[in-house]
Amino acid sequence: MSKVLRILINVALIMGAFSASAFAADGGASSAEWAIYLGAGLGIGIAAHGTGIGQGNATAKAVEGISRNPGASGKIITPMIIGLAMIESLAIYALVVSLILLFVV
Amino acid sequence: MEHPLNIFSFLPSEIIEKYLHVLMTFVVILISLVIGLIVSRKNKMVPDKTQNAIEVAVNGVYDMCMDIMGKDGKPYFPLVFAIGLYVLFSNVLGLVPGFSSPTANLNTTLAPALIVFVTYNFIGIKKHGAGYIKHFMGPILWLSPLMIVIEVIGHISRPVSLSVRLFGNIFGKEVLLMVLFMLVPFLVPLPIYFLGIFVAVLQTYVFMMLTMIYISGALEEAH
Repeated sequence: MSKVLRILINVALIMGAFSASAFAADGGASSAEWAIYLGAGLGIGIAAHGTGIGQGNATAKAVEGISRNPGASGKIITPMIIGLAMIESLAIYALVVSLILLFVV
Repeated sequence: MEHPLNIFSFLPSEIIEKYLHVLMTFVVILISLVIGLIVSRKNKMVPDKTQNAIEVAVNGVYDMCMDIMGKDGKPYFPLVFAIGLYVLFSNVLGLVPGFSSPTANLNTTLAPALIVFVTYNFIGIKKHGAGYIKHFMGPILWLSPLMIVIEVIGHISRPVSLSVRLFGNIFGKEVLLMVLFMLVPFLVPLPIYFLGIFVAVLQTYVFMMLTMIYISGALEEAH
């Protein structure tokens, strides 16, 4: 892209990086509350990312196994449910950290 | 997180804020005792409706026990069933208006998790004696100092994950319900109640299954 556009984008990025300290300059009591909300939101968002991929893989393989052998569907679904609950618990850990951030800190 | 209108509202508000989960646990114990009294009455040979339902539950959990733990696991079946009953009724109690889940509090879920932890270690020590340390040592002998550290960390993560999984699921459902009641109280919280029933049964099943897997891991021979 052109040279002027690159300079403008760099200026905007550096200004954005320094504006975080401007928020910390005002209000002595609640100095970093934006970081709490940002951390809580991003934490559970990234955790949902990973657990979506993991549970999608688990369900895909389970459904493929059922399609190969429809009579064994009961025996396939039980470990699939357990596996989904295990994978979900990783997202639940991130949710607990987010809730601690929001309500205790 | 305040619970404004529940069945114990006649108590002063300091007790309600701090001890609501204990009071709700009393309700769960009451329900379990009532079911026990119903079951322990004279049982007929050809079962009627309530006895049939309870026999289905007990047989289902007993078959799961025999599958996972084998014949050695027979003395530990009452523990598994008691934990299942306690967790199931605690989870489902939160869906009834006027009550709240005791398992939405980390103290309540930490208690069965610690009991399971102490129990399966005690079972391992009782069965293998001092040889229980071989469960932690891993297959290769000269790697065993490293393996002991890794295995101990893995074992300590077991009660943590048991308690936090159950607490996170039920507390998250309650937070979601509260947020939706603040936003759209009319019909939108209703699917969350269906999700709540599904999560209650599933988390009970997972807790019982993990208890049996840990006990069977302590009972089996070390490699």
